[in-house]
Amino acid sequence: MAEQTGEAAPLLDMQNVEVVYNHVVLVLKGVSLHVREGDIVALLGGNGAGKSTTLKCISGLLTGERGEITRGSLTYDGEDISHMPAPARVERGLSHVMEGRRVFEHLSVEENLMVGSYSRKISGAEALSEIERVYEYFPRLKERRKSTAGYTSGGEQQMLALGRALMAKPRMILLDEPSMGLAPQLVEEIFHIVSRLRKDEKVTFLVAEQNTNVALKHADFGYILENGRVVLYGTGTDLKENADVKEFYLGVGSGEARKSFRNVKHYRRRKRWLA
Amino acid sequence: MPIELSFFLEVLVGGLLAGMMYSLVALGFVLIFKASGIFNFAQAAMVLFAAMFIAGMHQRYGVPFWLAIPLTIVLMIGVAWIIERVVLRPLVNQEPIIMFMSTIGIFFALIGFAEMIWGSRSRSLDIGIPQDPIFVGDMLFQSYDLVAGGIALVLVLLLALFAQRTRMGRVLRAVADDHQAAQAVGIRLSTVWVVVWSIAGFVAVVAGVVWGGNLGVQPVMVDVAFKALPVLLLGGLTSIHGAIIAGLIIGAGESLAEVYLGPIIGGGIDNWFAYVIAMAFMVYRPEGMFGEKIIERI
Repeated sequence: MAEQTGEAAPLLDMQNVEVVYNHVVLVLKGVSLHVREGDIVALLGGNGAGKSTTLKCISGLLTGERGEITRGSLTYDGEDISHMPAPARVERGLSHVMEGRRVFEHLSVEENLMVGSYSRKISGAEALSEIERVYEYFPRLKERRKSTAGYTSGGEQQMLALGRALMAKPRMILLDEPSMGLAPQLVEEIFHIVSRLRKDEKVTFLVAEQNTNVALKHADFGYILENGRVVLYGTGTDLKENADVKEFYLGVGSGEARKSFRNVKHYRRRKRWLA
Repeated sequence: MPIELSFFLEVLVGGLLAGMMYSLVALGFVLIFKASGIFNFAQAAMVLFAAMFIAGMHQRYGVPFWLAIPLTIVLMIGVAWIIERVVLRPLVNQEPIIMFMSTIGIFFALIGFAEMIWGSRSRSLDIGIPQDPIFVGDMLFQSYDLVAGGIALVLVLLLALFAQRTRMGRVLRAVADDHQAAQAVGIRLSTVWVVVWSIAGFVAVVAGVVWGGNLGVQPVMVDVAFKALPVLLLGGLTSIHGAIIAGLIIGAGESLAEVYLGPIIGGGIDNWFAYVIAMAFMVYRPEGMFGEKIIERI
């Protein structure tokens, strides 16, 4: 398994973070990960593995859900952000596109984008020219600019959520489950735009996904979470070739009857060793 | 014009003018509810609170109105800030019913504080709006009602423009839609809350001056401010234009009912008739006439 190497310190560094909800429920049990500037990093795992919690912990949106970091450290751009309020993190270039898009339903598409620039304190005219730039990535949004956001399609809402985050001029976007409920072709389109944004706008991405296949195709690096712990990590290609990942996440069987993950001895052993 | 018709119009216009005032107070409720999901029971107390400070400063210390009113507006902004710090921030993420109960606490605290300073006796508040009757053809109107209705109309339109057209208004509507998503784009909820409570305070100052001028500043003002409740039921808690139209309907409905149904059913009908209109309407449309439609995609 390849270690992530890089001379410079990573943009985001999360060390052994534990998150507790409501003072009782331990959701993250010591997650460590780091993201280098300019990378697309995938955060994989099934339902309830802790992907969304990890992203909320990084963006500061845990507090609204009575969750808190009880142990570990969280550094962004060399600064400890573990106790910083969410809006301050947005001002530092860390934007979160939440699960389920969460567009402002009663505002028009264009108003959503306008509100997205809130943290930058720019004039209306500047915001409008920024919006034109967003429309270049998402021409579909331009066609629907006057529509009420709540009545646009799932794909359009995902684009709007991503476009709204871009309006804050982020250095890093935390993207939660962009494929949810979308047709495969649309999912491909969204990931294609993510790759373009990384290249043209130098945005770093941490993408939480259940769709392992698509995510690993576009990611430089990936972490697999299970039950609040990182159980595997490696470069996108390494993970795609990994026998366990193939078996459990990509659904590529080894020929005979599917193994149950309960019975795979070496997998369980490795999991314990990694965690 | 036949005498019946001109009498009807006279009653109708008087009711509509009173209705504008109900709309104004209702808007205070709507703004806070939209931005924070809190039903602010204390809104009515804020009207009395503001009126007591203006009347008190004027009578006890001879502060002229042109100074007393701006001072009270500043005071209301201070009150908004304190409420956000002391009550709302520690209670954030609690159940809506707990937030609601806390505004009942604010209701009594505000009135108690104002009475501690200015005493509980009623005062007059005459800022010089003329009280003369005006004839239009055969119809008789009170000039005070016309001025008060006009002030309320201007303010209501300004508030509606503010919400629809300005940057802060857009932010308020975004927060109303989704608190967490608003934080995710960098909006500080505490700032938004201080802004809406300040606006609600400003609305209370205007309502306090206009009503205080008509009825005198006394505890019964709170009851009049609660006339905004049926307006909210009818117009919907989340709709600005709903509050405006419902205010007019309630105002006109209750004065027409008082004049035409009153003799049949008995007097004092205007005290409860508004609630009957509102409840009858709720049966058919629980979210109110213009309450935000719940957008559901399938």
